[in-house]
Amino acid sequence: MSEVKNIKNLKEFSTSADRFEGANLLCPGCAHSIIVREVLNATNDDLILAASTGCLEVCTAVYPYTSWDASWIHIGFENSSTAVAGAETMYKALKKKGRLKQPDRNPKFISFAGDGASYDIGFQWISGCMERGHNMMHIVLDNEVYANTGGQRSSSTPIGSSATTAPAGKISYGEKRNKKDMMAIMAAHGIPYAAQVSPNKWKDMVKKIQHGMAVEGPVFINAVSPCTTEWKFDPKDTMNIADLATDSLVFPLYEIIDGRELNITYRPKNIVPVEEYLAAQGRFKHLFKDEYKYLIKEWQDRVDEKWAYLQRREEARI
Amino acid sequence: MAFDKMELREVEVWDGNYAAAHAMRQAQIDVVAAYPITPSTPIVESYAQFLADGYIEGEFVMVESEHAAMSGCIGAAAAGGRVATATSSQGLALMSETLYQASGMRLPIVLNLVNRALASPLNVNGDHSDMYMIRDSGWIQFDAFCPQESYDLNLIAFKVAEDHDIRLPAIVNQDGFMTSHTAQGVHTLSDDVAYGFVGEYKPMNDMLDFEHPVTHGVQTEEDWHFEHKARQHNDLMTKVMPKIKEVFADFEKLTGRKYNPVEKYDMDDADVCVVCMGSSVETAREVATEMRAKGVKAGVVGLRVVRPLPFFEIAEALKGVKAIAALDRSSPNGAAGMLFNEIAGALFNTDTKALLSGYVYGLGGRDLTKAHLVALYNELQANADAGKVTTQLQQFIGVRGPKLAFL
Ligand SMILES: Cc1ncc(C[n+]2csc(CCOP(=O)(O)OP(=O)(O)O)c2C)c(N)n1
Ligand code: SF4
Repeated sequence: MSEVKNIKNLKEFSTSADRFEGANLLCPGCAHSIIVREVLNATNDDLILAASTGCLEVCTAVYPYTSWDASWIHIGFENSSTAVAGAETMYKALKKKGRLKQPDRNPKFISFAGDGASYDIGFQWISGCMERGHNMMHIVLDNEVYANTGGQRSSSTPIGSSATTAPAGKISYGEKRNKKDMMAIMAAHGIPYAAQVSPNKWKDMVKKIQHGMAVEGPVFINAVSPCTTEWKFDPKDTMNIADLATDSLVFPLYEIIDGRELNITYRPKNIVPVEEYLAAQGRFKHLFKDEYKYLIKEWQDRVDEKWAYLQRREEARI
Repeated sequence: MAFDKMELREVEVWDGNYAAAHAMRQAQIDVVAAYPITPSTPIVESYAQFLADGYIEGEFVMVESEHAAMSGCIGAAAAGGRVATATSSQGLALMSETLYQASGMRLPIVLNLVNRALASPLNVNGDHSDMYMIRDSGWIQFDAFCPQESYDLNLIAFKVAEDHDIRLPAIVNQDGFMTSHTAQGVHTLSDDVAYGFVGEYKPMNDMLDFEHPVTHGVQTEEDWHFEHKARQHNDLMTKVMPKIKEVFADFEKLTGRKYNPVEKYDMDDADVCVVCMGSSVETAREVATEMRAKGVKAGVVGLRVVRPLPFFEIAEALKGVKAIAALDRSSPNGAAGMLFNEIAGALFNTDTKALLSGYVYGLGGRDLTKAHLVALYNELQANADAGKVTTQLQQFIGVRGPKLAFL
């Protein structure tokens, strides 16, 4: 196995590699680019990368330019996971046959995809990759919406959020369903590692990415990715919103090892009320009308319940 | 770990699927990603068995769908090795999005397409509806008329597709059941000779060259998309046919078996002829010979290369003919058949005055009998004698119920 990169401080971390160039067309304040940079900077290993159709892809490989200084492929919306699985399979085949150009290299295979590309249309492909045990990592840039096509709901869109295909209106509060629990579903494949990460908790992120790269087999990472455009907040506030997500426990940080062992990796010192998280984003503005205030309470209850469940599972070691 | 070579007899009794699988084995493919569908399933099953028995070294991934099969093939090919798969019908339909992506990325994957009808109604038998559906997807397309050709064309397909000047994926078509499941004597090459012909895979822009990272599958808009597509089309139209002819010639030198983009049979002095694809070419050839004995100057033109369409070779083959029948094994659904249109297109700016009529036959595996072809040649002769198409321009062969004819 190759050596794990030793990262001392944030300054060194944020400037330590440039395999994802600063030049791209993502919105100012987009968390996608922060997450990708964090993932790539977590390692010095060679990387084979894929992206599904979505904001990350359309903003970073517009011919004749590319933001990627590592081999990268985009096929379609649903199949970035399988593209990387194919490349990983070829690596195995050529290694066996002694035909690798640089046989001493030990590349890592990573696919990036939005929540739409992962929770919905690419779901089957990811499940297939996880089940077959490819040595790869699938990372969801979870902005809870189809951002690239203008903010339609996905099965990651949380209840009460206003999306263009589930808009809040005179008689509707927007999205009616609860966010799909992808972590539980992916962990149920019995994969060696699944984790939720957030760009604001960079040390936690690095640890999890490094752990995921070190294990043999498929890894699933769900990263909360605040979207300034669709969540409707000021571009300078990306990290504040990410802080609110983790500190309100709307997006708890934890990991599941071998589909069983659950560890909570971040416990906020001061848990922030969910209301504060919702209030900071335009997509939830309508929930503060009197008739929908009950939904905010329901939100809080659900978050509390999930947090209690995660803690029970952690304690029970099952 | 080395793999075991396979001892083959000079002539083996193989069906089209098994012949294709042996060619894939001998080409020493690095990765196969596949999903089963009748009638192509035995190709990947045989391949998996070759692996299980140690007759090949490589990786086989049994994915969860055909879309994933081609997605995996694309990722594997971009990583820089030899890749192939097989499918039919609904599988091809599910795969179709990725076919355009593979050709747009210029990845030389070989796909064995065992032709089968498309639902609805569900039907597992052979017709050309699937081939018709993806004909403009930017893949080179060969057509095998029998198991021998399924074997030969698979070896040829790798060599054409992987040429660095070409770098386009290739399909080898064969008729579902009629060819894929019919065993015949197949002349074989030894493993060494076959691999020697196909040659070692030479990667280009491969993702596993860590000193030279590459970006595959970019985004283009109106500023560049047209240039990419025009270049791809231009290369397909100008570079591929000469390359195919060159590889056909190499193959003939090696085996004595001669292939042409357009296969002419008794065409030198033919008055009437049928143009067709797949297993019906062989039936038509037999009937043409019988018609000659009856004084009808009958010939057959079999389309060996479907994409790029051999315009000039078609025009040359049909020069001097009086009446032509284009036989389509797919429902045109609202227009004339594929072959009818393509033959008409190839002839339009030539001096040919031939009468062209279109026949739809064999949908969902319905037989094309010798009697059908005898009647058809007689009709063509009547057209030739009258100097005009005496029946309707588009007819259905052997369909029950009221006569269906249009135009
Ligand atoms: C098969 C297919 N269906 C639909 C689309 C249109 N499309 C492109 S990107 C996209 C949404 C992407 O959303 P997500 O995966 O959440 O990524 P984000 O843009 O939010 O980062 C859609 C619907 C497509 N490209 N391909
Ligand atoms: S729309 Fe959202 S996800 Fe897309 S680039 Fe902008 S901020 Fe990023």
